[in-house]
Amino acid sequence: MNNLYWSIRRELWENRSVYLAPLIVGGVVLFGFFIGLAKLPGQLRSASPENVHQIVESPYVVGALMLMGAQLIVSIFYCLDALYGERRDRSVLFWKSMPVSDVTTVLAKALIPVLVLPLLTWVLTVATGGVMLILSGVVLPANGLSASLVTSHLSLFQIAWYNLGHLVAFHGLWYAPLYAWLLLVSAWATRVPFLWAVLPPAALVVVERIAFNSRIAAGLLQQLFMGEPAPGARTSGMTMESMMPTPDFVIRPGLWAGLAITAVLLYGAVRLRRSRGVI
Amino acid sequence: MNYIEAKGLRKTYGASVALDGIDLHIGEGRIVGMIGPNGAGKTTALNAIVGLTSYQGELSVLGRDPWTERDALMRDVCFITDVAVLPRWIRVSQALDFVAAIHPRFDRAKAEAFLSKTTIRRSAKVSELSKGMVTQLHLGLVMAIDARVLVLDEPTLGLDLLYRKQFYDTLLADFLERPRTVLVATHQVEEIQHVLTDVLFIDRGRIVFERSMDDIESRYQEVFVHPDRLASARALNPIAERQGVGHSVLLFEGADRQKLAGMGDMRTPSLADLFLAVMSGRTTQGART
Repeated sequence: MNNLYWSIRRELWENRSVYLAPLIVGGVVLFGFFIGLAKLPGQLRSASPENVHQIVESPYVVGALMLMGAQLIVSIFYCLDALYGERRDRSVLFWKSMPVSDVTTVLAKALIPVLVLPLLTWVLTVATGGVMLILSGVVLPANGLSASLVTSHLSLFQIAWYNLGHLVAFHGLWYAPLYAWLLLVSAWATRVPFLWAVLPPAALVVVERIAFNSRIAAGLLQQLFMGEPAPGARTSGMTMESMMPTPDFVIRPGLWAGLAITAVLLYGAVRLRRSRGVI
Repeated sequence: MNYIEAKGLRKTYGASVALDGIDLHIGEGRIVGMIGPNGAGKTTALNAIVGLTSYQGELSVLGRDPWTERDALMRDVCFITDVAVLPRWIRVSQALDFVAAIHPRFDRAKAEAFLSKTTIRRSAKVSELSKGMVTQLHLGLVMAIDARVLVLDEPTLGLDLLYRKQFYDTLLADFLERPRTVLVATHQVEEIQHVLTDVLFIDRGRIVFERSMDDIESRYQEVFVHPDRLASARALNPIAERQGVGHSVLLFEGADRQKLAGMGDMRTPSLADLFLAVMSGRTTQGART
């Protein structure tokens, strides 16, 4: 456990972008919100009662979506470099001289996108929402509007809860096979890991389409790597509530199949880290 | 029990043979130099010993199989392969924190004491250090680990003379303080000569020469022979001969010291000369067969 903890810390020392990028996105969201504050009182005054809810909630939802997007992009690039970069700069020779097993190292690297980044993103999202709420609470009374206009239409706790559920369930667990695949390629490739990660699945889909005019591989890949769309997401638009995993999430076969595939891919990455030398 | 024990150690990469069946018996408290030309198989042998590469044949380090028991082995074995493999992004303080947290045999106070003798700042990143300082840092970390076996592969390659000397002085001082077994591969023979207790010459995947330094001192003599006595000196079967200024230098193995003394000034040959003699002997043999 000690080794795992320090290996995760080590990853965060090395890859400062994994928290700096979401931090910057959070800053950008706040900046946008700050600019928009000027016309918020006017919008709220002229809005019909049913629109108020949407106007109040929208920046929080958009902010959360932006941060989720940042988390996903950062995770993908992190995984592609995680086991490739250390071989390229030869530092793997130093890490391997330490009594930390390949299993621990690969597990630490996998936990960054599966657990650490979703939680970190969540904390940033809540913090961003909190600052936005405080800003509204200052600006609205100053314009003769009640701050309760915002608080009555917005339950920050509920949004935070949905957000946490979505991040952990989908961005962490559901996408785990995607991260594991990228880690495997990262452990295997001697150059351009990005291309090796993308081309084989793409080739599979293209060949299948042309040869058999079927889309089984494409469907599977989409389901495995991009996740089933959250129930309701397509019909009711992007509300925070629709992004919350339903209770049956934990018994979905897709989840467990994905986690099993994740385990196999990570096992492969462990084996490769052991046998592959520096580039 | 020998610390490092190998029997018929082999490693092939496709058709090329990197290690062609080598035997090793290295006990406790030895400093063994592995010397050979580029591509002789030194790195492959060391990588097998520290569990970085698979192999055929038998190999045990501290009684363990380095390939299958690598994780456990790394608590007792430490290695530096290649200079400047410390990650460039890490800060000196982070490196100390990490090794201190991870390694049960790491003595942080010792590492700090070593680093305080250098100009390396704790807050510096490795990428801000010179190549020599990176090596100092790496050595400082590794020396503070109470490992029973230390494996070094070209640890001073590309460093200037000052750092190289410092490196081996530190190694020796540390060894005298706390004996362990050190295996060091290099082709910069001169600097490690005075540090070693044993030496191995390796060529084309085989060990071609294996002696303790004491052995070398008692068995090998180099004689500076004046041209007048050259013929009679050659009659004593030198294993190598080279031309000096105004004299020839003949290398003898196991010859009668008294007879040699009459031929000219005598001294123990340097490892470099011995290496050249052994290797050129092999090359001519190779040419003949």
